[in-house]
Amino acid sequence: MTTTVASVTGGTDGSDRGEGAGTTGGGEAPYALSHLDALESEGVHIFREVAGEFERPVILFSGGKDSIVMLHLALKAFAPAPVPFTLLHVDTGHNFPEVLAYRDRTVAEHGLRLHVASVQEYIDAGTLRERPDGTRNPLQTLPLTEKIQAERFDAVFGGGRRDEEKARAKERVFSLRDEFSQWDPRRQRPELWQLYNGRHAPGEHVRVFPLSNWTELDVWQYIAREGIELPEIYFAHEREVFNRHGMWLTAGDWGGPKDGEPTETRLVRYRTVGDMSCTGAVDSDATTLDAVITEITASRLTERGASRADDKMSEAAMEDRKREGYF
Amino acid sequence: MTTGHPAAADQLAEQLSATTLLRFATAGSVDDGKSTLVGRLLHDSKSVLTDQLEAVERASLGRGQDTPDLALLTDGLRAEREQGITIDVAYRYFATPRRRFILADTPGHVQYTRNMVTGASTAELAVVLVDARNGVVEQTRRHAAVAALLRVPHVVLAVNKMDLVEYAEPVFAAIAEEFIAYAASLGVPEVTAIPISALAGDNVVEPSGNMDWYGGPTVLEHLETVAVSHDLSGCPARFPVQYVIRPQSAEHPDYRGYAGQIASGVLRVGEAVTVLPSGRTSTIEGIDALGESVDIAWAPQSVTIRLGDDVDVSRGDLIAPSSGVPASTQDVEATVCHVADRPLTVGQRVLLKHTTRTVKAIVKDIPSRLTLDDLSQHPAPGQLVANDIGRVTVRTAEPLALDAYRDSRRTGSFILIDPADGTTLSAGMAGDSFAAEPPAVPADAQDAAADEGWDF
Repeated sequence: MTTTVASVTGGTDGSDRGEGAGTTGGGEAPYALSHLDALESEGVHIFREVAGEFERPVILFSGGKDSIVMLHLALKAFAPAPVPFTLLHVDTGHNFPEVLAYRDRTVAEHGLRLHVASVQEYIDAGTLRERPDGTRNPLQTLPLTEKIQAERFDAVFGGGRRDEEKARAKERVFSLRDEFSQWDPRRQRPELWQLYNGRHAPGEHVRVFPLSNWTELDVWQYIAREGIELPEIYFAHEREVFNRHGMWLTAGDWGGPKDGEPTETRLVRYRTVGDMSCTGAVDSDATTLDAVITEITASRLTERGASRADDKMSEAAMEDRKREGYF
Repeated sequence: MTTGHPAAADQLAEQLSATTLLRFATAGSVDDGKSTLVGRLLHDSKSVLTDQLEAVERASLGRGQDTPDLALLTDGLRAEREQGITIDVAYRYFATPRRRFILADTPGHVQYTRNMVTGASTAELAVVLVDARNGVVEQTRRHAAVAALLRVPHVVLAVNKMDLVEYAEPVFAAIAEEFIAYAASLGVPEVTAIPISALAGDNVVEPSGNMDWYGGPTVLEHLETVAVSHDLSGCPARFPVQYVIRPQSAEHPDYRGYAGQIASGVLRVGEAVTVLPSGRTSTIEGIDALGESVDIAWAPQSVTIRLGDDVDVSRGDLIAPSSGVPASTQDVEATVCHVADRPLTVGQRVLLKHTTRTVKAIVKDIPSRLTLDDLSQHPAPGQLVANDIGRVTVRTAEPLALDAYRDSRRTGSFILIDPADGTTLSAGMAGDSFAAEPPAVPADAQDAAADEGWDF
């Protein structure tokens, strides 16, 4: 055989199906969607499937960029009607004040209803105990899962993306959780075509991830395209920080810094928004969306690697937390 | 954070937002080098970031390996790392300035069929790996058959480990010829064969200096340039209604929109449409494309449609142009891949989810089970077990507007669900199994398959 690229076209059907729409060889089809449009369309489809099939869905909303994009998709999916879901925030008690202010502003602006599950209340009641390292991220799981049970939520939207972490790469778009909210990666339903299976028994619920196929860069490009407002901590600003295990943590009431951890004022921004005790800032002078996108495109570090201390606790930290019911 | 070269990064960011998305799946058995190919694609396209690589290096060193094991990039679960195998489909993301990619990374071990079916169901392209030393083997034929069955529009044959056959053209040519003939006989519309060495990096991202005789694209070049999405917009239009939007607000007292994702084809304002299963007709009065009013929309856009008449439309209905309405049926003839651990049996009561419609159904008959090795049909197996592929007849409680899978992967596909606990039982494809008549099976191959009994 002398031809090195062998192409077989024809067959009894099919291969010429596209011709009717004017498809020509080489280049994109005339009805191609840009990748952002394709991701948006898929995300909206997922929201509408849940609205059509579940009784009591809720959107996890932290005021972080992923949940902000989720809410934006939900607003688009049901316009001009309101979003038919309530919101839920798990408040660690160590949240950035700017983010809480953004959260409350957004809820009011869209006339939404917000449920709050409070880690501090669990600590005050003695149900949860503060960890020696001061991080409250793993403590979120119990308030979250108890709130889900108490409110009988049957679908819980999360902003998790499969590109974030290798355990998340295994996550389904519709992910069934048992009555203890546990994730068993070995017993997941195969997910075929766009036919999402939301069947569940009473007490069980389904975690739904409309941004599964988005990357960090997609999220930022979409925010820029849609002109979505973000909490200001995502942009470069001067902040009093101290270094712990190679991460710039914000000094504050949550308990940092300890002795021997000098603080300094640096020009930083955040790539993720989480508990102040384990979310690191990155050095940055990016004050605009364009500058942030430029910075992320050139970065050689992943979002979580650059700014999440909790993922570094062990090789399977995320998987272990997800198994227990973390989002 | 380092900012690298801002100007170049700016340019890259701008290019990326306008690019298209290609979804593809890989298929290969355990020793064909699939993990190495995936690792190589991610690594050489600079999609592996420093901290990920450091984590892999750390883990590899911790096990006494002196070079980083790229397979650790993709094995995400504790059990996978413990056992050194991939136990489930994972999705990976990478981008080049020309296109963004979603890779369904399907494991090649014994439960391959349902995993590959899962990965291939959303793929526009499948990469089938072959070890150049072994050529086309049974496993290769299974992969080709699954790609053909799922009607994956593009198939790439990656003839791997060319470095172990001295980069010899005749070895590649013979394998490519055999595979292409086999795939064509199943109706696979397009095959591109590429000689590679995933380990050495030949023709994966960079053109190989060792195979001057090869003038075609590298794997990545082909992924970047292959035409996508044309199959959806070329088909007759299909619009499964997901949700009815009725604000009933002071601002929108009379708004009534039908929300959904266009499954195939193109819809235009003014078009005469029929609503199924009721058969009522109307015209498209408006199309709202997520906040923008448009005259035309196409698959796979999520839109909201307003009709000119006050007809009864609800979730599960299908809107189609009156000029091309699908037939409705309560007797579904299909090929299914059984994905659950419990069997599917004749007489079983199930739920069938087709587009946005879930109906009660009963398995009336399982006339045959397909052996993927040689495509022979075993008559009346009585049941299908995990990873089996078979023909079924399903009677539904209500009529379904079902296309043949050959005409639309979206409106020709369905899943069967166990009504007791919601388990997804089977993946179904309506109509004929393969685009072309499968090749005649030599008698000796049939015997060999029966002896081996891999699918019993």
